[in-house]
Amino acid sequence: MSAAAVTAKPPICLRLCTAAGCRNVGSEALRIALNGAISLTGLNHKITVKGVGCLGPCGEAPVLAIDGATPRLYGALQPLSSGYLAEGLAAAAAANDLESWSPPGSRAIDLHHPFFRLQRRWVLKNCGQIDPESIEEARQSGAYQQLAQVLQHGTPQAVVAAVSRSGLRGRGGAGYPTGLKWTAVANQPAGEKLVVCNADEGDPGAFMNRTVMEGDPHRLLEGMAIAAYAVGASRGFIYVRAEYPLAITRLRHAIGQAEQEGWLGAQVQGSNFSFQLELRIGAGAYVCGEETALIHSIEGKRGVPRPRPPYPAERGVFGLPTLINNVETFANVPVLLALGADTFAGGTKVFSLTGQVRRCGVVEVPLGRSLRSIVETMGDGAPEGRSIKAVLTGGPSGGCVPAAKLDTPVDYDSLKALGTIMGSGGMVVLDDSTNLVEIAAFFMDFSREESCGKCVPCRAGTVQLHGLLQKILDRRAGPGDLAQLESLCQMVRDTSLCGLGQSAPKPVLSTLRHFPGDYQALLTPEACP
Amino acid sequence: MPGLPSSSLESSPGATQVAGKIASASDQDLDILFASYLDSQGANKDRLIEILNRSQAIVGYLNPTHLRQIARHLHLPCSRVWGTASFYHLFHFEPPPPHSCLICTGTACFVKGAGPLLKLLQRDGVVQRLKQKGIELGTVRCIGTCGGAPLAVIDGSVCNHQNAQTVLEKLAGLENLAGLEP
Repeated sequence: MSAAAVTAKPPICLRLCTAAGCRNVGSEALRIALNGAISLTGLNHKITVKGVGCLGPCGEAPVLAIDGATPRLYGALQPLSSGYLAEGLAAAAAANDLESWSPPGSRAIDLHHPFFRLQRRWVLKNCGQIDPESIEEARQSGAYQQLAQVLQHGTPQAVVAAVSRSGLRGRGGAGYPTGLKWTAVANQPAGEKLVVCNADEGDPGAFMNRTVMEGDPHRLLEGMAIAAYAVGASRGFIYVRAEYPLAITRLRHAIGQAEQEGWLGAQVQGSNFSFQLELRIGAGAYVCGEETALIHSIEGKRGVPRPRPPYPAERGVFGLPTLINNVETFANVPVLLALGADTFAGGTKVFSLTGQVRRCGVVEVPLGRSLRSIVETMGDGAPEGRSIKAVLTGGPSGGCVPAAKLDTPVDYDSLKALGTIMGSGGMVVLDDSTNLVEIAAFFMDFSREESCGKCVPCRAGTVQLHGLLQKILDRRAGPGDLAQLESLCQMVRDTSLCGLGQSAPKPVLSTLRHFPGDYQALLTPEACP
Repeated sequence: MPGLPSSSLESSPGATQVAGKIASASDQDLDILFASYLDSQGANKDRLIEILNRSQAIVGYLNPTHLRQIARHLHLPCSRVWGTASFYHLFHFEPPPPHSCLICTGTACFVKGAGPLLKLLQRDGVVQRLKQKGIELGTVRCIGTCGGAPLAVIDGSVCNHQNAQTVLEKLAGLENLAGLEP
């Protein structure tokens, strides 16, 4: 009885976001201050603090969730000393009102807002709930259950079949059916195979993968281990971009813990299955998100792509059959096995909502939800006095959806029909003050800088395209230039070697299609091409 | 931060440490540190990028002597080591200036005004003045915390919702620091 009372969880738990966005504005210092304040007031039995992954509304950073009789959420926390916080806590405790205490100066966030209500958090279920540095908390929230289940009662064929049936498609952008990819690798002749996680989240404005890696790293490790078991791989790599130091630290920590508990390494949980997982860090090259470039980078070479076939499933890293999936794809695996293919039904998609929108942050919604419900209902639309002009999806490889088409369901095929792509999930909202030609030029500048230079259409084409866009922006271009812009776009798209070059013209073609007026307005009729 | 690879961004909290190391440690010390690090590494060729990352973290940049030593250690031609190092944006071949100010030019920052912000900072007089004070002005492509757009990374720490004035104010604080150094 008394032992239970001693170990009982304090009734109030403060969950402070310590992911990169909130950390940048001092959440780590706040966590120390809050801990200090609780010790100072001797309220340890009533209130506790823990650092968690992203809570969602990143525009309100730093964000704090309070679990008590009623769950509450606060944003825009002020940097306060533990002494000052302790005073407030002591006063609240004296008034027997700890349940309504909140950090002074913070802003209450309505948890009933559609931003939270309309989410379906499957991949992000534990993100923001558990301490990402504790494998124990992860396990208590279900981590590694599916791996254990599969190792005890499953067969590799059954896992591949379950993934195929679930309708899961690659979350990295292209949307290739995951089951097909897994089948291709599993069908390779027996021998050494590899599993690679593409965590080189390079699209500017996208941070969904960072959220998963920083908030619930064990989910990714579990998904990769299940994939390795299913396709017969014994080694794996996670290729993370160097720009994500916290994700790297947390993954490294999580891999160490998982090895210690026997979820990774030799003979996982006493089975015949072994899986060695290694981290590889990038060094700043967008093209390394392309799978053949990524393979070269893991091998310690220049990250230049090569023609396919052979596909990585046949010849990947070190020439071995390799399964390459995105972070979110792997993170979906434990979910789909737990829910079963029928309930999973294609699953959810995590989006990072940013740009000229009132509520920015990370949201997870079922596939097929309309774009309007995401940016207007959940994101609260454009800032005061403005209206939405377009939404950019897919980053430099994608395009835009004009405001008139906001009712389009967000799924792979509907977006493709509009001339853009689902992409990895970056969603940048543009209001009516934006000129889409500037956006097209911005993306072309990006592709020009990131082109690896191996094939001519991409190396020279992106330079010419950027030059033409700049000419239009400088009002030196005529109708002939516009025609040339379009035909050059088609040429670069059709003849480039890899995905970077093939999709670099997409933002231009998409903005030309939906906003020809923005281009026309900048033309000088008498200008010569 | 043992075990962490480095790059100009990754070394965020360590950026000043690295700079500090350069200020306090002599070139000879750094050579010794580098050599003992390299000795501790196997000759696994596919770890070249990891080794370049770590070497840059130790020395602050990649210099020709060290690159040659890496090539010898991994039994790779120099051209392969140079070719790889020069391919990636985050490797530097010159000693880094004492301070750095990177303006994020990701999409979210761009639509929130990073372009004009950068233009204001790149005015003739300003860049020269910053350079004299040992502050390098540069750009970075999205660090994935777009909630704070437009943002700047000053000496590895991220500053949210910036404009030219707030960036210059923060840099003025650094300039004083720079002036205090012997």
